[in-house]
Amino acid sequence: MIRLVPRQEVAPAMVYLSPVIALAATVLFGLILFAILGFPPLDPLFNFFVKPLLGPSGITNLLLKATPLILIAIGLSMGFRANVWNIGAEGQYTIGAVFAGGLALAFYDIDTPLLLPGMIVFGILGGMAWAAIPAFLRTRFNTSELLTSLMLVYVATQVLLYLVHGPWKDPDGFAFPETRLFHDAATLPRLWSGTRLNLGWPLALIAVFAAWIVMGRSLIGFQIRVSGAAPTAARFAGFSERRVIWLTLMIGGGLAGLSGMIEVSGTIGQLVPIISPGYGFTAIIVAFLGRLNPIGILFAGLLMALSFLGGEMVQIENGLPRSVGGLFQGMLLFFLLASDVLMNYRIVRVRTKHAQVATS
Amino acid sequence: MKELLGVVAAAVIAVFGAADAFAQDKVKVGFVYVGPVDDFGWTFRHDEGRKAIEAEFGDQVETTFVESVSEGPDAERVIRQLAESGHDIIFTTSFGFMNPTIKVAKDFPNVKFEHATGFKRADNVSTYSGRFYEGRAVIGAIAGKMTESNIIGYIGAFPIPEVVRGINAFTIALRKVNPEAEVKVVWLNTWFNPGQEADAAKTLLDQGADIITQHTDSPAPLQVAAERGAFAFGQASDNSQFAPEAHLTSIIDDWGPYYVERVRAVIDGTWESEDTWGGMDVGMIAMAPYASTVPDDIRAMAEEIEAQIIAGDLHAFAGPINDQAGNEIVAAGEVMSDEQLLTMDFYVEGVQGSLPN
Repeated sequence: MIRLVPRQEVAPAMVYLSPVIALAATVLFGLILFAILGFPPLDPLFNFFVKPLLGPSGITNLLLKATPLILIAIGLSMGFRANVWNIGAEGQYTIGAVFAGGLALAFYDIDTPLLLPGMIVFGILGGMAWAAIPAFLRTRFNTSELLTSLMLVYVATQVLLYLVHGPWKDPDGFAFPETRLFHDAATLPRLWSGTRLNLGWPLALIAVFAAWIVMGRSLIGFQIRVSGAAPTAARFAGFSERRVIWLTLMIGGGLAGLSGMIEVSGTIGQLVPIISPGYGFTAIIVAFLGRLNPIGILFAGLLMALSFLGGEMVQIENGLPRSVGGLFQGMLLFFLLASDVLMNYRIVRVRTKHAQVATS
Repeated sequence: MKELLGVVAAAVIAVFGAADAFAQDKVKVGFVYVGPVDDFGWTFRHDEGRKAIEAEFGDQVETTFVESVSEGPDAERVIRQLAESGHDIIFTTSFGFMNPTIKVAKDFPNVKFEHATGFKRADNVSTYSGRFYEGRAVIGAIAGKMTESNIIGYIGAFPIPEVVRGINAFTIALRKVNPEAEVKVVWLNTWFNPGQEADAAKTLLDQGADIITQHTDSPAPLQVAAERGAFAFGQASDNSQFAPEAHLTSIIDDWGPYYVERVRAVIDGTWESEDTWGGMDVGMIAMAPYASTVPDDIRAMAEEIEAQIIAGDLHAFAGPINDQAGNEIVAAGEVMSDEQLLTMDFYVEGVQGSLPN
């Protein structure tokens, strides 16, 4: 019989090592898997982890894909630290995109350098407005934000669909559900011509840095952490629970809304029925994979983005099915959780007799 | 140490470089799919078309596909990666890939692109689609003869002209043989989601429909119809294996001949940007074998409709056609123009509810 016994002390280095161990285990089992499938195992593995980074647009593709994941995860991680469970970032992202896209369409004929900053502000406000609903319901009626934020995702999707099928439909678009393509004044500038990477990436880096400062070195960051780790102590210290809930939901919603703006302005260039392949949900995984730590999230976002790109690459290069990408993500999370368990618990083998004594 | 590095480098090049080297003179054909290859509907048929290319040209070509590509921000990257990795012709097989295809095509003037169901073309971008509505006219007439409740359930993906056209062609044919019959539509806003498709079928059956037809890609609605003892039509591919007792027939998309012809044009160097809208006459649309549950007289009627469409004697949108409010859209003796067909954004008489827009 095997038992898990909590460790007295957790080696500090293990906190950072366990994601690396998980990645190594994923690579190892990937090798075995490809070998069983009858591929020379190094080739698909190379295509999965390295090939997407090569070529003229490799790195920029990765950074572009990681941008929304990192931005959203940074916002969510602050809430998760404070036990505020906003899992509706997908909806906040959508409404941010709708606000920003709406502004771009309203000023469709006007060429002004103020349009882009305006869209950024509108995107953030849109996300905040959508997150304000769960914040209000939680602080006023003590409704679980877990449920309300999630359900609002589906409402947000319907809002977007209504707009692109109805009032915002491109008048010259053969009745296809798409808005007009945004003009240059409403398009996030690219960092290097010839690549698709836009201004969103530096914005994500700024968010990572700002979160690192706020969470590590400010009173409000301290309040957020204490509210999550020891709610009673936070109350004794006179920290306002209401304030922490509002603040973390506004940050989470604002950053999700900003990502929505970045994607429709920089990457897609118009509003269409599908503007996210589930960024708001994947970012939850990224947040935890990154240990709710800003720097960790930066790496987790890049790794998660790579797993999507790699999944496409093994389809193109090796003809492997799309599920390989999902399998790698699944293995990564499984091994991460496993190494977390082993980091916090010891495996103890107990003889059955002892076990009976212990339980009786 | 230096030598060791040299050996390692040589090995790496040998392992990874070899594959590239001997793929050089083959024509590389790439496909971007919106669903999984085993959806047994839309994407499955495009993949059958891809296999037709391989069967025709063998070692002369190399084909690649990327499946389940979201129509959002990912599409452009996938198309771009195919272009960068040396593909000569790339088929993007869903309407949502239109603008990403056009964007990538601008940066890769030497790569040929083929976009299905869109309307934007360029010097190196062709568009192609099937006149699926011709098949809808056949199944509409069958439904009109076979329904007892006079309510037909229709599961739609997105309210875009292509899908609306199918609903209207179906309804016109339905009411031509059975003026009492009406169509109830459920929109799902997805091309492929077996769970939602099954739920939609259940809802429609609960509302009195006794025949289900669909413009989504999974066989789930057929299976629900079979469980409930109702009839249904398959989508894009012969779906009889999934629900033999419910399946009446399917509209089959046959992309193979078109794909073979376009790849041949690339090999011969005669490829040009074109707009193709093929129907039953060129075999791009066909009907699956009619089930034994279709009575002989109805089968004869369906085959007659097929023959008339192929001969050009029957148009699915021949007047008189009224919209839901009873306004005449097409007068008796006239047929709708392709322009009107391509931009269709209204329901004809006989469809219940209002079109979401």
